[in-house]
Amino acid sequence: MFIQMVTPLACQHRAAARQITRLAKRLYSSAAEINSFEPVRGMDLGVAHSKLLLRSVASVQASSELQSLGVADGDTKKMNMCQAINDAMRHALSADNTSVVFGEDVAFGGVFRCSVGLADEFGRERIFNTPLTEQGIAGFAIGMAAMGHTAIAEIQFADYIFPAFDQIVNEAAKYRYRSGNQFNVGGLTIRTPCSAVGHGALYHSQSPEAFFAHVPGLKVIMPRSPIQAKGLLLAAIRDPNPTIFFEPKILYRSAVEQVPVDDYMLPLSKAEILKPGKDVTVVGYGSQIYALENAIQMIERDMPGVTCELIDLRTILPYDAETVINSVNKTGRLVVAHEAPRTQGFAAELAAEIQERCFLRLESPVQRVCGLFVPHPLVFERFYMPCAVRTYEAIKNSLSY
Amino acid sequence: MNLAALPRILPGLRGSRALRWTHTRLGQLQRTFDKALPQAHCPLTAAFSTSSCVPRKKVMFPGALDSEYTHELRFASNVESIPTYQVMDTDGKVLDAANDPQVTEEEARKIYKNMHVLNVMDQIMYEAQRQGRISFYMTNFGEEALIGSAAALDPKDQVFGQYREAGVLLQRGFTIQQFMDQCYSNEKDLGKGRQMPIHYGTKELHFQTISSPLATQIPQAAGAAYAMRREGKKLCAMCYFGEGAASEGDFHAGLNMAATIGCPVIFFCRNNGYSISTPSIEQYRGDGIASRGIGYGIDTIRVDGNDIWAIYAATKAARKIAVEQNKPILIEAMTYRISHHSTSDDSSAYRSKKE
Repeated sequence: MFIQMVTPLACQHRAAARQITRLAKRLYSSAAEINSFEPVRGMDLGVAHSKLLLRSVASVQASSELQSLGVADGDTKKMNMCQAINDAMRHALSADNTSVVFGEDVAFGGVFRCSVGLADEFGRERIFNTPLTEQGIAGFAIGMAAMGHTAIAEIQFADYIFPAFDQIVNEAAKYRYRSGNQFNVGGLTIRTPCSAVGHGALYHSQSPEAFFAHVPGLKVIMPRSPIQAKGLLLAAIRDPNPTIFFEPKILYRSAVEQVPVDDYMLPLSKAEILKPGKDVTVVGYGSQIYALENAIQMIERDMPGVTCELIDLRTILPYDAETVINSVNKTGRLVVAHEAPRTQGFAAELAAEIQERCFLRLESPVQRVCGLFVPHPLVFERFYMPCAVRTYEAIKNSLSY
Repeated sequence: MNLAALPRILPGLRGSRALRWTHTRLGQLQRTFDKALPQAHCPLTAAFSTSSCVPRKKVMFPGALDSEYTHELRFASNVESIPTYQVMDTDGKVLDAANDPQVTEEEARKIYKNMHVLNVMDQIMYEAQRQGRISFYMTNFGEEALIGSAAALDPKDQVFGQYREAGVLLQRGFTIQQFMDQCYSNEKDLGKGRQMPIHYGTKELHFQTISSPLATQIPQAAGAAYAMRREGKKLCAMCYFGEGAASEGDFHAGLNMAATIGCPVIFFCRNNGYSISTPSIEQYRGDGIASRGIGYGIDTIRVDGNDIWAIYAATKAARKIAVEQNKPILIEAMTYRISHHSTSDDSSAYRSKKE
């Protein structure tokens, strides 16, 4: 209604009208939207315009990884990421009778609707709510997994995973090792929404993967899309190690693909090269991949002849160092990006490892594009985020060192 | 009170899947309220007027449906301490024949022998640590009666201990050699030499490996119990911890989850009066740990922790309830830690020899 009022009034002044309509449309802040700075120049940004998502059946059939798994030619269904995760859990619950899903508010479908319909199909004995206690959820899940059951625990927001930190780090990660392999909690998977959503502020936007990447005995995974989420979650649930599955919440609805309906598992600890290139290696994971895609588009438009290689790490611990090393040995330059704050973020580990393994090959210092080292703000989020523009600058710096 | 009026007052519920769920919940609550007060059927708006409704006795909020209204401004506090169940007097004579444990002589001898073996092993291993043979040890002096709880369990019940449950292992059949293997971290250690001494664990005897962080085993025991409930094998989990560990958040989380989800687990608190140097008066102000169980809706009993038949009987009864009704039980065993906390502790620094 507001837009309809404003536009006719300003219709004589086209430029002003465009500005006002753009402002009028922008009623909510959004992590993907960027102002018209010089590098963007009208380019369509964000998940909605990403070419990395497999939105058509043809693109699914063309995927070599899905071909090798034998699901590329099968039936697919248009799903967003939360539906894909729901589908993955459905497959896991159907195939494994000891599997259960629990957490706060999961029984009615979950605050993000990821567990919709599961309680009706599998019963309240297998899909149930817990009281509001993350340390209890994690401990309970460890106990079930210690008995050989498959426990899929949900922590409502990654920002609230810290009460469970003791159980995850001191117990889950060390369960097999300290018992001399008599006991293990391989059946444990913790799922949790993470990363910025535009209006989450300090406690609904965090990406705490770096805390857990420091723990021997855990696996840490973050998917970038529905097809990835389904395959990686099924792999995580069935992996014989305790796993933390971070789900970038902004992708729950915005990332839509034709997801194979069959049961399939994507390989863990295997990074994926999304776009080959020869001049610079750009590494990221989760929702950051889309900012990197845009940054690379801007670079390749402004520096003709330059090609950037985009790598999605997928598994953060144990990470696929070989793929990154092979790429850096080819390109000589590395840019790593993540939403988590810069100091001691995961990019620091990757930078240190790559400089050690590829020192003589590097043509420029490893660039890290990360969240600013402050708590995640609300109205200032646009300054905090390692957006496409900031990544563009970092890639430019790396190329022109 | 007509709860179906609620969506009219809270229009945000309209047109969403949540509305269907809310209607179901409102229906359930309506039926509960009707049972509590069948004669009152006032519209929600009249619920706060005293004139048009019959004055109600019970509170109508879902959080506390059994609470009655009172017009006396009084803060509730402990009136009397939970009594301590005892079978024998200090000379070992069973006081009430009805409480006779009904164990065979063979079982009784086994229990008695294990109590002695535990005591002697502790003496030897304590000295071994002082001689530099092992790095660390914890003795169980004063708490040998814990063996009674192990005797009352099924051998396949999963045990989650804290660190002062070597007696449970002995009763289950852990050999002296196996105790030594772990303490000396030799190649035969089931734990492969990875942990400090007394961090025993044995899959064969269904005893989960001990870990140093306290109380972490409590929610784990609840989860393991739920897994056993799902398997339908009529087994339970047994979770030991001290009164100090019961101050940890994991205690609250574990008991609350076991109660709400319905887990066949026995929570066994060894209240020995000390957490290293901290006496129980500095650990909690309420009526021990037993009073907390009632707060979680858990059936609770307090027993004399030096009375082996009291422990045996309580554990046996607790196990029956847990397994048949799929709910947790809390047992608080009152005892005294005669020993130092560990070989790294000299308790004369905080308690007199006289005590």
